[in-house]
Amino acid sequence: MSMKKQTLIRMTITYLIIFFMAVVIIYPVLWIFGSSLNPGNSLSGSSMFPADATLKHYRELFDLEQSYYLLWYWNTLKICLITMLITVTMVALMAYSFSRYRFLGRKYGLMTFLILQMIPNFAALIAIYVLAVVTGLIDTHIALILIYVGGLLPMNTWLAKGYFETIPKELDESAKIDGAGHFRIFWSVILPLVKPILAVIALFAFITPFTDFILARVILRSESNFTLAVGLYNMIANNFGAEFTKFAAGAVLIAIPISIVFLSLQRYLISGLTSGGTKG
Amino acid sequence: METNQPQSNRRKVALALSIIPGFGQFYNKQYIKGSFFFVLVIAFFVVFSDLLNIGYWGLFTLGTIPMEDHSIFLMVQGIIAVLVTAVGILIYVINLIDAYKNGRRVDLGLERSSVRKQYHNLIDSGFPYLMLTPGFLLLIFVVIFPILFVILLSFTNYNMNNSPPANLVDWVGIKNYIDIFQLDLWRNTFLSVFSWTIVWTFLATTLQVALGIFLAVLVNQKELKFKRIIRTVFILPWAVPAFVSILVFAGMFNNTFGAINVDILAFVGIDPVPWMTDPFWTRFALIMIQMWLGFPFIFVMVTGVLQAIPDDLYEAAVIDGASMWQKFRQITFPIVMFATAPIMITQYTFNFNNFNVIFLFNGGGPAVSGQNAGGSDILISWIYKLTLEQSQYGKAAAITMLLSIMVISVAIWQFRKTRAFQEEDLM
Repeated sequence: MSMKKQTLIRMTITYLIIFFMAVVIIYPVLWIFGSSLNPGNSLSGSSMFPADATLKHYRELFDLEQSYYLLWYWNTLKICLITMLITVTMVALMAYSFSRYRFLGRKYGLMTFLILQMIPNFAALIAIYVLAVVTGLIDTHIALILIYVGGLLPMNTWLAKGYFETIPKELDESAKIDGAGHFRIFWSVILPLVKPILAVIALFAFITPFTDFILARVILRSESNFTLAVGLYNMIANNFGAEFTKFAAGAVLIAIPISIVFLSLQRYLISGLTSGGTKG
Repeated sequence: METNQPQSNRRKVALALSIIPGFGQFYNKQYIKGSFFFVLVIAFFVVFSDLLNIGYWGLFTLGTIPMEDHSIFLMVQGIIAVLVTAVGILIYVINLIDAYKNGRRVDLGLERSSVRKQYHNLIDSGFPYLMLTPGFLLLIFVVIFPILFVILLSFTNYNMNNSPPANLVDWVGIKNYIDIFQLDLWRNTFLSVFSWTIVWTFLATTLQVALGIFLAVLVNQKELKFKRIIRTVFILPWAVPAFVSILVFAGMFNNTFGAINVDILAFVGIDPVPWMTDPFWTRFALIMIQMWLGFPFIFVMVTGVLQAIPDDLYEAAVIDGASMWQKFRQITFPIVMFATAPIMITQYTFNFNNFNVIFLFNGGGPAVSGQNAGGSDILISWIYKLTLEQSQYGKAAAITMLLSIMVISVAIWQFRKTRAFQEEDLM
């Protein structure tokens, strides 16, 4: 009886805490969604559940003459996809070499990667900025993409190398005996088997540029070149109160698709993060 | 036995002759390879002689005539000259090693490989290099090059008042480092920013980890219903891109029209709090926000670990009469920590450099008198401001160096404890 009572008290407290956390999590979401439906431009006088809800801020965002929002979306997707493609290709090639070949300099190459992955790539912020200015690459997407790829390579090559090594080497050897060349072994024997880890790396390589603010902010100067992170920041940094509802609509339009994609893919992301964490 | 004892000294002669590139190979009767090395090295120095000349001159002087010599361009060329020299030395060393190895083959009485075989060897052993080259080139230009550049910048007086082309930048030795610790303004700022960075890192990370573990244990209770939906809700803050959430919070915490002051605090009858203008309250809000942003990741990780703990461990504990707290303290906590320790440490290094939350929430502000950083600035956001707003490149580079040393020491300490360092094929 007392055991039952104890459990009852424990579960009541548990549900209360969970309810409180759920409110803390959902409140900002509802608040920003409500703000985006307010007809006014600033937040003063707005409410979370406006009686005269309107979609006009969403319409403004989709109007290319009034806002760069769609352009920012396009820029971000473009940068993320190209970064992803280059990263996955390079990581696959490098991880294959490191896991399957023993060559002069291999040890030093791996050590270099290990050390480079410890240094966050925005540590060289000043250098990136000054170099981009003197080379004329400031305000270009290509500079940003190259920096992202460079930052992603060391850690993900280690991650992929670990996975590649779980593929038995006998497979390569039997393919070699059948007369397959180096590239052929890579392409038709190894590649199909390492798809899972490449998918995880692709996910990382997409998310990193998407959520990055600092590098995009340093490199991109003109509004038409902005990514979503920089553009959204500018929207409220320039005149905080005046455009808040429009910003809210912009935030909602990013949060919804990304969270849906995230929630459906999170299993893969977590598997990558755990193996990355223990492998280094 | 015989074959292990070299009968002649061709390897040493070949090595000595290779001081002039290619001659050791000629001595080993590998004429094609020899001329390849000879031509390559000569061509290398002829093609790059101008670049090396200007590069090293520029690197040492950083220019002599204002308006004509651009110190920063010269420094860039200087770094390129150093990298080119490194490649040259690499080729030269390969040449020496090759001569020595083939000399030894002769000494040991082994057959010299034919041209045809050499060609096949080259293709075979060249394949990994071919695959690695694009990635390495990219790394050299976008990662290693900037790092070298920061190291050099931290020893110059490059700043707004002293920028090319109007002025020349000069080497000033370790003056930037000394200034940071000696000039009042810089010392005060550095100490206050640094101490807040440490407090921030420890408080924000520890609290987010604690909250994550607590909720994971809570939701993992057997009797609890609706687990799936609760977990989905708890992951939401992770699913929404952080920059969006932080900007939304910046609106919610706004002093005059934000929901926290206007709706919530007014509802419970508390006066508005100066979230954005008082350093203490900005810091308080930042730690709360980071908890909100950071706990789901820990929550997911720990949930994974908890589900793998066998039930009989707890059943045995119950038979022994263990309380809830004892079960957590003796079973759950050690297992969770053991499984997730490396990830927990990366959480600390992540928050140490968590530019997004600091900068997007309040721009590192509010401004504080007597220092050139805001009240909630951490080292990385201070560096950002010094670079982009105050053009104090030399000082910013010096602070970057200090920050990198800290991050790298922690990282090395961490990797020593994980498997990566002990992998037998690396050592």
